[in-house]
Amino acid sequence: MWCSVEPGAALPTPPCPPEHRHYLPRASPHAPLRRMRGGAGRARNGGGSVMAASGRSWFGALALGVSFLKCLLIPTYHSTDFEVHRNWLAITHNLPLSQWYYEATSEWTLDYPPFFAWFEYALSHIAKYFDPEMLVIENLNYSSHATIFFQRFSVIFTDILFIYAVRECCQYVNGKRAAKDILEKPTFILAVLLLWNFGLLIVDHIHFQYNGFLFGLMLLSVARLCQKRYLEGALLFAILLHFKHIYVYVAPAYGIYLLRSYCFTANNADGSLKWRSFSFLHVTLLALIVCLVSALSLGPFIVLGQLPQVISRLFPFKRGLCHAYWAPNFWALYNAVDKALTVVGLKYNLLDPTKIPKASMTGGLVQEFQHTVLPSVTPLATLICTFISILPSVFCLWFKPQGPRGFLRCLVLCALSSFMFGWHVHEKAILLAILPLSLLSVQRAKDAGIYLILTTTGHFSLFPLLFTAPELPIKILLMLLFTVYSFSSLKSLFRRERPLLNWLEIIYLVQLVPLEIFCEIVFPLTSWKLQFPFVPLLLTSVYCALGVTYAWLKLYVCVLTEHVFVRQKAE
Amino acid sequence: MFLVFFFFQVPLGFLQRPAMEKWSLMTVTVLLALTVRWTVSLSSYSGAGKPPMYGDYEAQRHWQEVTYNLPIRQWYFNTSDNNLLYWGLDYPPLTAYHSFLCAYIAKLINPDWIALHASRGYESQPHKLFMRTTVFVADLLIYIPAVILYCCSLKETSTKKQVSSALCILLYPGLILIDHGHFQYNSVSLGFALWGVLCLSYDWDLLGSVAFCLALNYKQMELYHSLPFFCYLLGKCFKKGLKGKGLALLTKIAGTVVVSFAACWLPFCTDVEQMMQVLRRLFPIDRGLFEDKVANIWCSLSVLIKIKNIVSPQTQLKLSFAVTFLSLLPTCIKLTVQPSLRGFKLALVSCALSFFLFSFQVHEKSILLVSVPVCLILNEIPFMATWFLLVSTFSMLPLLLKDGLMLAYTVTTLAFLLACVASFSIFEKTSAEDLQLKPFSLFLKRYVSWFKSFPRIVRSLFLLSVTLMGVLSLMSATVRPPQRLPDLFPVSVSSISCLHFLFFLVYFNIIILWDSKNSRSQKKVS
Repeated sequence: MWCSVEPGAALPTPPCPPEHRHYLPRASPHAPLRRMRGGAGRARNGGGSVMAASGRSWFGALALGVSFLKCLLIPTYHSTDFEVHRNWLAITHNLPLSQWYYEATSEWTLDYPPFFAWFEYALSHIAKYFDPEMLVIENLNYSSHATIFFQRFSVIFTDILFIYAVRECCQYVNGKRAAKDILEKPTFILAVLLLWNFGLLIVDHIHFQYNGFLFGLMLLSVARLCQKRYLEGALLFAILLHFKHIYVYVAPAYGIYLLRSYCFTANNADGSLKWRSFSFLHVTLLALIVCLVSALSLGPFIVLGQLPQVISRLFPFKRGLCHAYWAPNFWALYNAVDKALTVVGLKYNLLDPTKIPKASMTGGLVQEFQHTVLPSVTPLATLICTFISILPSVFCLWFKPQGPRGFLRCLVLCALSSFMFGWHVHEKAILLAILPLSLLSVQRAKDAGIYLILTTTGHFSLFPLLFTAPELPIKILLMLLFTVYSFSSLKSLFRRERPLLNWLEIIYLVQLVPLEIFCEIVFPLTSWKLQFPFVPLLLTSVYCALGVTYAWLKLYVCVLTEHVFVRQKAE
Repeated sequence: MFLVFFFFQVPLGFLQRPAMEKWSLMTVTVLLALTVRWTVSLSSYSGAGKPPMYGDYEAQRHWQEVTYNLPIRQWYFNTSDNNLLYWGLDYPPLTAYHSFLCAYIAKLINPDWIALHASRGYESQPHKLFMRTTVFVADLLIYIPAVILYCCSLKETSTKKQVSSALCILLYPGLILIDHGHFQYNSVSLGFALWGVLCLSYDWDLLGSVAFCLALNYKQMELYHSLPFFCYLLGKCFKKGLKGKGLALLTKIAGTVVVSFAACWLPFCTDVEQMMQVLRRLFPIDRGLFEDKVANIWCSLSVLIKIKNIVSPQTQLKLSFAVTFLSLLPTCIKLTVQPSLRGFKLALVSCALSFFLFSFQVHEKSILLVSVPVCLILNEIPFMATWFLLVSTFSMLPLLLKDGLMLAYTVTTLAFLLACVASFSIFEKTSAEDLQLKPFSLFLKRYVSWFKSFPRIVRSLFLLSVTLMGVLSLMSATVRPPQRLPDLFPVSVSSISCLHFLFFLVYFNIIILWDSKNSRSQKKVS
């Protein structure tokens, strides 16, 4: 029943490394459990020497260590998302299902899919033992100590799923570089890059959100697909979609990969598709899973006739093209160009000052941004742009499947493309590309270079999330910690190959330091602070947009050119 | 400031080329340590919102106010502008200068913070941020570089070992919690002392003595470390021959000490009354044998016998002096006769511990003076050092609980334990040899035969002690003590810690005294 022909058999590196196979002779449902037990056992009676000898206990140390750090972050600033989730706790706890998506006492209405609402419902039953007051819908902006503890700890505890998923991913990663030194093992580096990811730490544990376990679900589904346990992977992803619909951005990659590798069970000798191998059973199974999960999630609302209401809550197109702080994507550059043209136009009297909408000059502070020179962008236009930008990567996955790695690359490209062109994109969405890219970065030097650019700029663009003074050192220290580690570890991992970054890229990345100093220290001291308060945000977003766009293009070029290379080889 | 430090680190990395360069590992370590420090500093401080006296935070702010607004001659005197009963300055001049410097910066940011009289009990979020930053910067500039350089100077250890020692030392929760949580500047004086040790280990005796003088002039508690410094240097001079080079060295060192003291005390040297007043402020003999609940012998004994009531204050002073002196004597003699770097570090531990246990007017925070030398032997005797460091943090529990630092205490302690277990696998290092007890066990073998199961016994003792500390911490935080015994938990915490400390004192004295036999027997084996 399992796929018999390796889709990426033509590739120089086998997707399933020998060590991995040795570990996992056949993907059986009990394998992870057994492995875990084995690992723990070895950890307990590990050998005498430092870290390395004690088997996989380093993973436990890393995971525990980061959990302790998360606990230390409990007293830090939390954003309005904290109140959002408290409100959802209250809504799901007090109201019947039929009113969940109608309740509007607070402005932070429920706008996640039903599974997340059920998740909040489950949490609320624990929350009542901490502080029942937080479950009162009218208690807006309620944040007692018990509430903070409960909510923060709920994020930390649900991250266990993320930790488990990272563990599974680490087992998949190529073990051919079996270095003696534990610090040089790809698995170790990957574990650090994922577990100690700067973005996740600040978004979840300072800013406050539940991305940890959601990304856990995603990474777990990726790991399952890599282990060729397709149905489990599909199930996990379907569940994930009904937790948070932003993951629909990467759904094309999943769909195509499953269709290509699971529904068609064989390839021709040259790697092209064998149409005859289409398995009807597999398609039915997949469809069944997707439909079952959707029915479980949306079914009750369909029965109640509330589906349109739910959909309207989930996809609020009333919001503007960009968020208050522009996410560093194509539209940030577009807006910036528009603004520059406006300024130039005004200076040379090409534009009529009376016709310029007032709001445009406060950009970055107002949600609605009106373009003055360039045409305004409609949601449909962004949708089309996103679709077009995703298309090549999907085609690539279909015509030149390269096994799990091809899938991961397509996944990252889908996430990045929709980040680049999506409507009302949040800067946090960059994590959707960064985390899966970590998996690739420890396997090939080329991906590692792209990863370094993308993480550094992407993480830097998260800085405006934390704008309070006490959190300033934390974000800088954590960012430095992560960046120094990722650079030095990947550099040492690929030290026998060519340098990961060229001098231009290095200059670009180093410039982030003066930019940060200007935005956080110099600018507030100048008199522009009152006149142009949006300048730091604008600079950050535009500068980072350059890096993200560059990384996106580079990855795209990388994927597309490799495509040609493989075909030539196949011929 | 970071950048300066990184660039400072870079050259060190090029000496060796291991897997991941040393400097990047060290940088990661430092950044991690700094992150932990800053996150701890977000929690509450001592005496937050507790008028009329507040706590150490207010004391430090008050000193800034006093030093900035009053002429130097009035700093230590009771005047109409300087009420010594309200957090009067009682630390040596360097602390006062440091306060003055901080006050100067504070004045630039917000003059209200140090306004004379008007600023009493001033508390605000920006001010807290400012005060926390001053500690952070002091730590970053003095203590952390000393630790990193010390770890890099460890000989015959791999890069990884050096980095993991640095990590564990920098994550030691006691110092982090007291400095960045409770609020004090211990990292300055301890950092200077570490610089002293570092210089001595490179045979730069004069620089070492200057560094130690600075430490001593920052906090008089550094006297706990003075005897090992003195004995080590004296022993070194003896070794070189008292008539030739030794005498020259001794004179040079004495000269350096006098000059650096004079430099620190310069503004107070104008008349004798000034100096006497400062000294009176530094050594308040009339404050009694002990205060609060300290984990030393006097406080623990007073559970059984009320020493304070039986014996007169003068006799208490003499008694504590005599006992301290006796407990110091063997170590000091040994160090003077056979000065060695290893012996010096151990002597720092044992002397500070003797002072802590037996001397007069000890604070619970003084255990930090023992802990930092213990950190220095962390890579030599990881098991015992970890154990001691855990106990020392635990002994300050009542204080930390009062400051609302329970969460930070729990998390940092567990993280420290994790770091030690992960980097030294301490549970496998419990044999007599690993604990440096081989010579002692050889000595004892004639009489006792239980040494075979020694590692197991030690391990179970450790687990027992850790469990006990965990349970007591949990109970102190959650359970309300019975009405008749309101001090039940603080007293039991201090007595249990005291028992541990006595055990450690004996242990460290044993290793010190049996040290030379150790090296001799090793030579025989080889």
